[in-house]
Amino acid sequence: MSSASIRRIFPGFNLSVGYTLVYLSLIVLIPLAAVALKAGQLGWESFWEVISAPDVVASYRLSFGTALLAGLINAVFGLVLAWVLVRYTFFGKRFIDALVDLPFALPTAVAGIALTALYSSNGWIGQYLEPLGITVAFTPLGILVALVFIGLPFVVRTVQPVLEDMETELEEAAACLGASRWQTFRRVVLPVLLPAILTGFALAFARAIGEYGSVIFIAGNIPMVSEITPLLIITKLEQYDYEGATAIASVMLVISLLLLLVVNGLQAWTAKRTGRSR
Amino acid sequence: MSTSAALRFERSSATREPRWVKWTLITIALAFFAFFLLLPLISVFTEALRKGWDTYWQAIIDPDALSAIKLTLFAAAISVPLNLLFGVAAAWAITKFDFRGKHFLVTLIDLPFSVSPVVAGLIYVLVFGAQGWLGPWLDDHDVKIIFALPGIVLATVFVTFPFIARELIPLMEAQGREEEEAATVLGANGWQTVWRVTLPNIKWGLLYGVILCNARAMGEFGAVSVVSGHIRGITNTVPLHVEILYNEYNFAAAFAVASILALLALLTLALKSWVEWRMHAEARHIPTINIPNRG
Repeated sequence: MSSASIRRIFPGFNLSVGYTLVYLSLIVLIPLAAVALKAGQLGWESFWEVISAPDVVASYRLSFGTALLAGLINAVFGLVLAWVLVRYTFFGKRFIDALVDLPFALPTAVAGIALTALYSSNGWIGQYLEPLGITVAFTPLGILVALVFIGLPFVVRTVQPVLEDMETELEEAAACLGASRWQTFRRVVLPVLLPAILTGFALAFARAIGEYGSVIFIAGNIPMVSEITPLLIITKLEQYDYEGATAIASVMLVISLLLLLVVNGLQAWTAKRTGRSR
Repeated sequence: MSTSAALRFERSSATREPRWVKWTLITIALAFFAFFLLLPLISVFTEALRKGWDTYWQAIIDPDALSAIKLTLFAAAISVPLNLLFGVAAAWAITKFDFRGKHFLVTLIDLPFSVSPVVAGLIYVLVFGAQGWLGPWLDDHDVKIIFALPGIVLATVFVTFPFIARELIPLMEAQGREEEEAATVLGANGWQTVWRVTLPNIKWGLLYGVILCNARAMGEFGAVSVVSGHIRGITNTVPLHVEILYNEYNFAAAFAVASILALLALLTLALKSWVEWRMHAEARHIPTINIPNRG
């Protein structure tokens, strides 16, 4: 059967595909193309000047560094959380499982002011860290805390289904062959989980790089020290420097596109390794 | 389900860890959970009530707060149905037909998830703003999009764009095409097939997507902040109102308004858990009917 005749089993091919493409173009593709066009008008030299200015480079370093670190923290603790939620029974498990998605549901601005209140020098957590010489609020450390918060569900939710689908046989076999529990985890369980962990890490990282709402309250926004890249776009917009804002935005867009491709590749790998779709 | 997986693995000593490992891991997980999720959530409510119920109530019935709530509801009421319609159309197109470039299309649908909210706001400024493509034309015709309601709706539509499609595509993919094929063979037309066969099959997935889409639509901050112009009482959504109060050092009022959003988030999570439970219940129900003598 040719593909043309398969397609005609159902009505609505033209309508549904057409509507999808028109809506996608109007809302997403054409406005995104505006960034490329506007940045193109700038000319290579002035474009480079904007995106390599010292404060902008400092913001890349900060945004990347904190997002990477937050992703790593989430990869480790997200794995522990997913493991505990799947493998053990304990009181309050259901409640915790439901609340893991809080960062997806809680508006970022609310998360931002709540974390600032907690970690400022008179906050519940901040007051104990201050005597130890650790200042979290209004420093890069505060940005890290905010990014750990918003990235928390990603690793848990990518690892959890893979753990749930795992059969006991593999681990039983490993135990029969004399492997210790730790060896079994490292050699048998972890390789199966690895693509999912990496996918969750990449998703959390991608989200963290562009994050704005939860970060700006706790960051303090000190130039060269705690200014994230999205904040620089806002600052330039407020100064009516549309070219500058667009140039930085185009750098961020290229990075997000690359990350999107990485995530897609990782998800395909997860599917191949575990036999799950998606 | 997670409980059964736990029982499966905890039954035998070959697949469970020593007790001290188990309880160390649980302690680490609980501490991480408490510090990063539970405490921020609780602090929203305690900060909101720090100056008593009276201050709390005043902050919420403040005219600016009420108009912000109205605007947020309005923006969500437009953007969620738009993305719902798109989600169903896109999922139908992608799962019921084979065509070239399908995987690329799915990737493009995901695109708004990976774009920074600030960039999402900026793109509409570049198109509709005073210096944008359509700026002069809009100005001549006295149409305001940026720093006005349409801009806020557009930015909200963008950031919530993939939610429902992303939920429906894998679900409809897994359900296959047989039931719709049967309906078509029995003489149902397109709309009847969608209405009587597809929609009842995907209703829980649809609801799930709508709940998540709505939560994001009502809570979006970055994208809306770029296009709103922050005009008090006119173009301020609830999250932007929280920011203004906070920046004016009016912390009790900021947290009071924020607590409404936190309650909304809790409601979202409760509804989400309920829908997940229903989905599982139905998924477990179906095989017992279809495959009675298996095994």
